[in-house]
Amino acid sequence: MLEIKNLHVDLEEEDKTILKGVNLTVEAGKVHAIMGPNGSGKSTLSYVLSGRDGYTVTEGNATLEGVDLLEMEPEERAAAGLFLAFQYPVEIPGVGNMTFLRTAMNAQRKARGEDEISAADFLKLVREKAKTLKIDADMLKRPVNVGFSGGEKKRNEILQMAMLEPKMCILDETDSGLDVDAMKLVSEGVNALRDAGRGFLVITHYQRLLDHIKPDVVHIMSDGRIIKTGGPDLALEVEKNGYADILSEVA
Amino acid sequence: MMAAPQAKMTANQERLAALSLPEGGTWAMAARGAALDRLRAMGLPERRDEYWKFTRPDSLVQAEAPKAALFDNGDEAEMFGGVDRLRIVFVDGVFDAEASDDLALEGVRIERLAEAGQSDIHWAKDTYGVLEERGQSPVARPLAALNTALATDGILIHVTAATSKPINLIYIHKSDASDAILHHLIKLDTDTEVTVLENGPAAARFNKVMEVEVGDGATFHHVRTQGRDHERRAATHIFARLGTKSAFKSFTMTANGVMTRNECVIELTGDDATAHVAGAAMGDGDFHHDDTVFITHDAERCESRQVFKKVLRNGATGVFQGKILVKAGAQKTDGYQISQALLLEDDSQFLAKPELEIYADDVACSHGSTTGAIDEDALYYLRARGVPKAIATDLLTLAFLAEAVEEISDEALRGEINSRLEGWLERRRG
Repeated sequence: MLEIKNLHVDLEEEDKTILKGVNLTVEAGKVHAIMGPNGSGKSTLSYVLSGRDGYTVTEGNATLEGVDLLEMEPEERAAAGLFLAFQYPVEIPGVGNMTFLRTAMNAQRKARGEDEISAADFLKLVREKAKTLKIDADMLKRPVNVGFSGGEKKRNEILQMAMLEPKMCILDETDSGLDVDAMKLVSEGVNALRDAGRGFLVITHYQRLLDHIKPDVVHIMSDGRIIKTGGPDLALEVEKNGYADILSEVA
Repeated sequence: MMAAPQAKMTANQERLAALSLPEGGTWAMAARGAALDRLRAMGLPERRDEYWKFTRPDSLVQAEAPKAALFDNGDEAEMFGGVDRLRIVFVDGVFDAEASDDLALEGVRIERLAEAGQSDIHWAKDTYGVLEERGQSPVARPLAALNTALATDGILIHVTAATSKPINLIYIHKSDASDAILHHLIKLDTDTEVTVLENGPAAARFNKVMEVEVGDGATFHHVRTQGRDHERRAATHIFARLGTKSAFKSFTMTANGVMTRNECVIELTGDDATAHVAGAAMGDGDFHHDDTVFITHDAERCESRQVFKKVLRNGATGVFQGKILVKAGAQKTDGYQISQALLLEDDSQFLAKPELEIYADDVACSHGSTTGAIDEDALYYLRARGVPKAIATDLLTLAFLAEAVEEISDEALRGEINSRLEGWLERRRG
């Protein structure tokens, strides 16, 4: 599904190298987790894959189902099936949440040569998905993320994911700012989307999210590289001993 | 002996000297004559005038109107077409009886200035030019005095009861050299309500004054769009005086126009009155758009609100001069003013001069002015969800204008404006 080979990335403005040769393959139907200390490059990886400005790829490549991601505009990557659940969802005053969702859905459909969703079908779908995430009518009507609590913002991200039905989902620290109940709700939303045809890359600091979203593979990232890969047990090891042991072991 | 050399008259002085009044009845001639005297005493606006610091008055005051090519609106639906309204049509400033509805509407008396001005006695004599004259202090507004003196026509609306539908003044531009001067008068009796809509470019050059006397407990709604003819020029003034517990709500949308100066002068003279003035403007290239607002609080517990938004591209210029004057005794005044510009490409500029002048000690007044580019984080977020850059930019542009558009209280009218804005942005995308 997602294949990243020897990816090297510089920060444009600071002339600083963040990713120093990332190799990673996420297969369809699998959940991969990336853990790592602050500043290891986890979020940068998610931004580079989704097409945010400000990064220069100096070496390597990334493909989604064999198609070169890095050559595409952010909107083309989304239409191709890539979805990033933001660590900090952006507030957009003046744009209604529903308008935003429908515009995004129809833009993706149009890019793929599909018909637009009808207003009635859209409404039915969004109500159904919102209900399972406990998103009420008021939240749907309000401007995108404006005045939402941390938990509401993350639930809204998962709602978008559920509506857009991407092939490859990247969750960037979706657990940050969530209390236990919200984490459960969000995790259930994610688990409901697990599917043989869909890949997940879950970026997190802590093991606790992985109690709810059980990964198949866990990677440890440090200083722009993946330094260790293992099964779910690796996350437990981090939880118990912190990153220091693994870092010294590799060094 | 040689005669002393005479001082050479400036072009403006020559123009003033050459002005002559149109024919009319007793009251109209008196009002026009007084306005011409005012105008001659104050002189036409000059480039060095402080009040014209950001907008060059030349093309608005010169004797001949600069030519303006006609804009092809294509298959665009008629503005306010979805609203049941009384249509009054002017073509290049000339009343078009064929295209207009009968000037009859329950609760209102509607007349043309050109006809009322021929009579010797008319209710308008106590109103015509009166608010304009009051608005000449503390800042001179010569183009408004010129209008009172020379207006060839206009609509007089006397509202005596609640009205069933809006009155729509439609300004069609057909001649590339037309120079139109219209003067409207609207008088709302106690506890009445009326909605006046205006749309269209009107002429190559358009000078328009609207005087609005809002009686106690009355409500005046105004929604205007200024047409899309890019080369047209307009100098417009609204003068309003508000009685006790009355409300005045005005919204203007401007897209295109090489020169627009919209002045709005409001006096809150009765307690507990409300005045809201809003504007949404979008322009490209040599677009120049100036909102000049002067609100005087002269009574207690009044509220005023100014919300002006401009989207400027490719070197377009936006100007905002907004003042709130709170007189001594106007306690518990609530004044708010915001002016913001969104610069979509380099080289555009926004010039803002927000002013507060307060002589009462128990008031709440705030003002703010910002200039900024599109929010890159919001743009990226929308694109990451699959919305193409051009559409995302338009969505954010509409969102930026929304605060001004939301000042329109009628849902159907707000819908008309929103769909028009969306349509224009869509067409621009191609």
